[in-house]
Amino acid sequence: MRGPDSVAPGRRSLGDRFYRPVTAACAAAIPLVLTMLAVYLLHGAWPVLSTHAGQLLTGSVWDVPRGQFGALPVIGGTLLSSLLALVLATPLALSVAILSAELAPRAVREPLTFLVNLLAAIPSVVYGLWGIYVLLPFLRRTVMPGLMLLPGSLFRGPAYGPSLLAATLLLAAMILPFIAGVSRDVLLAVPRAQREAALALGATRWEMIRDAVLPAARPGLFGGIMLGLGRALGETMAVTMVIGNRHALPSSLLDPTYTMASLLANEFAEASSATHLAALLAVATVLLALTLLVNVIARWLVARVERGASMPGRWA
Amino acid sequence: MTGLIWAGSIAALAPLVLIVGYILVNGIGQLTPSFLTHPPAPPGVRGGGVGNGVVGSLLLVAIAVTLGVPIGIGAGLYLAERRPSRLAAITRMLADVMSGLPSIVIGLFAWELVVRPTGHFSAWAGGVALALIVLPIVARATEEMVRLVPETITEAALALGFSRWRTAWQVVLRTALPGVTTAVLLALARVAGETAPLLFTAFGNPFWSVDPARPIAALPLQIYAYALSPYDEWRAQAWTGALVLLVLVAGIGFATRWVTRSRARLLAAVTPRVGRHEEPL
Amino acid sequence: MRRTVLVGAVLLSGVLLANCNRGGDGSGEARTSAPVVNGVRVDLTGAGATFPYPLYARWFNEYAQQTNVRINYQSIGSGGGIRQVVARTVDFGATDVPMSDEELVSANVKVLHIPTVIGAVALTYNLPGLKHPLRLSGEVIADIFLGRVTRWNDPRIAALNDDLALPAADILVVHRADGSGTSYIFSDYLASVSPAWASGPGRGKEVRWPVGIGGKGNEGVAGQVKQMIGALGYLEVVYARQNRLPVVHVRNREGRFISPMPFEIASAATAVLDSVNARATGGTDADLRLSIVNAPGAQSYPIASFTWMLLAPDAIGRAKTEQLVAFLRWALLESGDIASTLGYVPLPSDAAARIVERLERVTNVPASSR
Repeated sequence: MRGPDSVAPGRRSLGDRFYRPVTAACAAAIPLVLTMLAVYLLHGAWPVLSTHAGQLLTGSVWDVPRGQFGALPVIGGTLLSSLLALVLATPLALSVAILSAELAPRAVREPLTFLVNLLAAIPSVVYGLWGIYVLLPFLRRTVMPGLMLLPGSLFRGPAYGPSLLAATLLLAAMILPFIAGVSRDVLLAVPRAQREAALALGATRWEMIRDAVLPAARPGLFGGIMLGLGRALGETMAVTMVIGNRHALPSSLLDPTYTMASLLANEFAEASSATHLAALLAVATVLLALTLLVNVIARWLVARVERGASMPGRWA
Repeated sequence: MTGLIWAGSIAALAPLVLIVGYILVNGIGQLTPSFLTHPPAPPGVRGGGVGNGVVGSLLLVAIAVTLGVPIGIGAGLYLAERRPSRLAAITRMLADVMSGLPSIVIGLFAWELVVRPTGHFSAWAGGVALALIVLPIVARATEEMVRLVPETITEAALALGFSRWRTAWQVVLRTALPGVTTAVLLALARVAGETAPLLFTAFGNPFWSVDPARPIAALPLQIYAYALSPYDEWRAQAWTGALVLLVLVAGIGFATRWVTRSRARLLAAVTPRVGRHEEPL
Repeated sequence: MRRTVLVGAVLLSGVLLANCNRGGDGSGEARTSAPVVNGVRVDLTGAGATFPYPLYARWFNEYAQQTNVRINYQSIGSGGGIRQVVARTVDFGATDVPMSDEELVSANVKVLHIPTVIGAVALTYNLPGLKHPLRLSGEVIADIFLGRVTRWNDPRIAALNDDLALPAADILVVHRADGSGTSYIFSDYLASVSPAWASGPGRGKEVRWPVGIGGKGNEGVAGQVKQMIGALGYLEVVYARQNRLPVVHVRNREGRFISPMPFEIASAATAVLDSVNARATGGTDADLRLSIVNAPGAQSYPIASFTWMLLAPDAIGRAKTEQLVAFLRWALLESGDIASTLGYVPLPSDAAARIVERLERVTNVPASSR
């Protein structure tokens, strides 16, 4: 199929000629803003990036009075907490999406959707307060002592409460409605003909979902997951309240650690020295670059999977 | 498998029940009409509320939506075009990158963009900061939704002599409307609760003000300041403020959804699935 | 005719709008007779430290009811306050940590530090069943936070608390994770009593804590301490007092164990201000960026500090300077017991009078200008 442009070119009105430029300008706003933002960050971060870039990326000592700025622990903590949260949230979010778009009885779908949207509406700072007063005591008293009985170093104590585990759980809860909301709409938008074809061929309801709906929806689902990952990487307030804010890479799920966004949230408001500010902006720059990198890798992975999946399949 | 999906969904909703329950229990006690209509009272003075914060938040979100949603939808339409272009590929990726920026960085950028040149904090600055958060979310979600509108519909509309604007506006977007609405709501819910980007832009205001050129109150800022305070009465008000914020966001969401839903239903009733053959409504 | 009607309508709507604005700010509370400054309402903005935020909110609220000056103060952090003053986006700043000489030079405008109220840092702990409050010395506190004293039954702690049964448990250290004036005051104190601390982590709003976990904000630290038996953390004294948390009695320079009560905190300020006044001669401007940790005086609580307002008269112009000086005179001398009822420690009255007098001299604003 060619693009819509090839249809009836002779009948385009004056306004039509502006359709593509206007939408393109809207689209261009995003790279434009981001470039300005990157320039602003790089400019502010330059005093540190130009002289201490190596230390920033590989150092693990963050000592403000001594002017030492190593961001390795916050980079690691950001990646670990976000990716673990994504692993935890995606299957649950897809469950909700499939249930509310396909499987559940009609009477259940609407309330389910509403509840998921409500979950998305809870402000970050409220998640954080709940995390401090409900999640952390529960983890420390009930969950962590049990986990510490397990063999292996993954669950080694001590059980402080604030930890990678707590941040992962809270982040998962926060990005879940994002992924679920977008996924549900993507599933609903898969043309009905596709489902009917599958059912006509004798597929069960679940087989229809697995073989006809999910493959068609895959790029859209991926978009939803990327939105969730984006939110997880940048999430600030709630994570700050439960991750323990310790400048060290965790060696166990129960260890406190740190994220880049939390570091910024913790130190930006109070920073007044020029070098400290530059170091924080440098961390923001690293976060920007890291998000870009994660996106590139994810896209590359998906492209590979898609190529694999576009082989003649069961319904082709 | 179906059983697993049910179990997963129930697990997914567990935090909702816990958090909303907690907000209700802690917040409902102070929820009075006077709390909703009064500006904050300083500690040691009885009463006080979040009236100006609610108004301020609504104004900030309105600015953000006005700035961010049209551009976001325009960008989404462009991204969803079948013709591959380099700009689209770059924009798509950068939109995801942008949605991953911590909100405090967005706030600092907006400070540089608006507050420093104008020399003072303002609702405009806060609205711009929030719009920068709204933009990528709406753009990406619009793209995903529009992509799923069957191409036959678009082509049918164009073949019938619809202009591209009308096709986009009245056919494509209407079909994708429920999904786009979800995206706008998610974005709205996120910015309505944001604190960090407002700290250095909208600034907050203990007095009544609806002047967009001046610092303006915002509910999350007030919740944040109250939650950090040493006084029991303020911390109790922080929970009530959170409850108000939640109801506000959920209320807006519910209303918007209801409006778009009923429209979409009307549309579906009038229009055959393949495309529309006559003047749309 | 039509035109007249139109003009009339515009005028009317203008009046209505003006009334709306005016009616709004009173927000239903009966406004007491408001002396109007030059017939117009004055709006000022300020930003900075979180520690004095509740007090400032109350001060500005009272002041707005007594005059027509509305001051919008937001707690965006001390560093944020300093940055906004330098960027001239606010009319005044507020900070718990005085600006360094370097920062003052690079500000490109003269910035005055005006102490407004005294703050202190309390140590709180979670040890159920103690008969008396815990007593600690500066050196022991420093060594605990350095990770050198790790158990509650350490002989050095026991030596200070011979009548208390201390458990054989680990000391779980809790510190602030976010940059904070509270951390600055505490680390300033540790650096002044412990050479090892001074050459190690040092003083700062954020330092590299050798041990412990970080809580966000006072309530983060308090939450951690309350939930973990064996925990020890530090927080603002107003927070500790309002929440009735147990506090450590800290040994001061004279060897006495002092609890962070208002009189003892004010004593630290008085002692330091007296020694400064003894040194400064009449005409010279005493620098009020004073550290009052580990202050002399038998009654002085050793972990105390001023919090300051930052005023840059040249940046904001004559009219706003006059307004702010008039406000400070009211706040420091005429606002009654607002500060103490909120748990803050006001400046000793003679010190406050000297500070206001000096401010009026430096800014050349006569006391009667209001």
